Amino acid sequence: MVENRPMTTFISHSVLIIGVALIVFPIWIMLVASSHDALRLTEVPLPLLPGDQFWENIKLLFSSKTFGAPIHLSLLNSLVMAMMISLGKISISVISAFAIVYFKFRFRMFFFWMIFVTLMLPVEVRILPTYEVVASLGMLDSYLGLSVPLIASATATFMFRQTFLTIPDELMEASRIDGASPMRFFFDVVIPMSRTNIAALFVILFIYGWNQYLWPLLITTDPDMYTVVMSIKQMLESGESEPMWHMIMLTALFAMLPPVLVVIFMQKIFVKGLTDSEK
Amino acid sequence: MQKRVHYNSSYLPYLLVAPQIIITLVFFIWPAMQALYQSFLLEDAFGLSSEFVWFDNFVELYDNPRYLDSFVRTAFFSFAVAGLSMGVALFFAALADRVVKGAQGYRTLLIIPYAVAPVLAGTLWLFLFNPTLGIMTYFLDMVGINWNHKLDSSQAMGLVILAAAWKQISYNFLFFVAAMHSIPKSLIEAAAIDGAGPAHRFRTIIFPLISPTTFFLLVVNIIYAFFDTFGIIHAVTAGGPGNSTEILVYKVFNDGFVGLDLGGSAAQSVILMFIVIGLTVVQFKYIERKVEY
Repeated sequence: MVENRPMTTFISHSVLIIGVALIVFPIWIMLVASSHDALRLTEVPLPLLPGDQFWENIKLLFSSKTFGAPIHLSLLNSLVMAMMISLGKISISVISAFAIVYFKFRFRMFFFWMIFVTLMLPVEVRILPTYEVVASLGMLDSYLGLSVPLIASATATFMFRQTFLTIPDELMEASRIDGASPMRFFFDVVIPMSRTNIAALFVILFIYGWNQYLWPLLITTDPDMYTVVMSIKQMLESGESEPMWHMIMLTALFAMLPPVLVVIFMQKIFVKGLTDSEK
Repeated sequence: MQKRVHYNSSYLPYLLVAPQIIITLVFFIWPAMQALYQSFLLEDAFGLSSEFVWFDNFVELYDNPRYLDSFVRTAFFSFAVAGLSMGVALFFAALADRVVKGAQGYRTLLIIPYAVAPVLAGTLWLFLFNPTLGIMTYFLDMVGINWNHKLDSSQAMGLVILAAAWKQISYNFLFFVAAMHSIPKSLIEAAAIDGAGPAHRFRTIIFPLISPTTFFLLVVNIIYAFFDTFGIIHAVTAGGPGNSTEILVYKVFNDGFVGLDLGGSAAQSVILMFIVIGLTVVQFKYIERKVEY
């Protein structure tokens, strides 16, 4: 605050509150819709305030198999996929960045550029041929097929490279004089010093993995392998009748809850990681 | 680039980069080569025979008004999403920069859309603007606007832009706030002492100083609108009505997986790859320039 202008501050707050309310409005309506019964959601105008059917709807959602795959199964699939993608990306990026920064070896720059190239090949661009590769490896309808093709990461490798370059050289020299092997140095010094970056990256990648849509849509045909995010679209399309909006909105709530909770509770670390790393 | 001192080991570094390199080769480089190769082939719909046709697939795209339409549409969509989302985010960031109390609370609520999957964002907006049931449709009807994005193509485009921009506001907001925080307080205070009000200071000091961030966000937003909005389009309009919301990424999917035009779809993939390469080069040029000062 540079100067004291109570009026401007008041207006700023009012505009912010209205603005934030508008941004959150779609989510509010989702919560409201998931707490009413099917009948109420066919009457115009739709409610703006929550009803009393929330627990009933939850019971219905978890007991029913009529809405595509059973939801606890698709939630589990999403969790496994998100964890495999985020942890997989972090592990392979942290070791390749360690190799590129701390070792001198042939083709080092060649490998570096090869990793860099992946930045330019988002999955949306190479869907058909990647699908063919996964199919020929027999990885359709499996957790491996859901996660491994998305695991290579230039951004994560760059970020770790950046972090490692800020670790003082003296630490490595000292550990070498003490007779520690490269891997010992990696686990005892490099990893602990990159803890914050790993945590921030985990938040970003968990959300990225959980929210995957096109990829699971293509490679899963077995309802038992569906992820919760993609099951929404199936519910929107199911049948000729009007979609069951209270169940769709409740499923949407469960589908967005894990990433939203992660981002809210790890907010500080996430914001710092995002604005520091992606520049 | 590298440490002054480093380890010498014959096999360890290769072992360490191996997982990343193998996945890159199998799932990135090889499919990209395949796409490149397929874009020169003309395959029949059953994949029984194929013929090497050089640049015919590209020429066909160039001659196809539907593809050129999709190109123009994608450009319009991307700039609209970037403009709307960055405009709103900048406005919020400027206000949040002013207030001291409650800034944390506003931020917490504003970052929620970041965590929402594109297809879920699409579903939420679809529900709000449902032609028969939607609450917004009801409000619009009261002021005399008849909303039906299933029939009206400009309304359909408006809705996907709205949903896509909504999701990206969080990201832009966080970057604008970080950029404003890094402006030295003394500059702002000096201007205030000279009698410049908040609006004037924003226009003459804050906005010019955050312009590198604005440019960076513009590139990121365009990449987002190009590639990450598939789920939104798929949930809200599925490219329709007609082809009025069929952006390039959606068309690759539609022609390849639904229409089974493999060569044409591959040629489109190749063109998209060149667009990503172009955008990435621009992004990195900017980063290098930024490192200098």
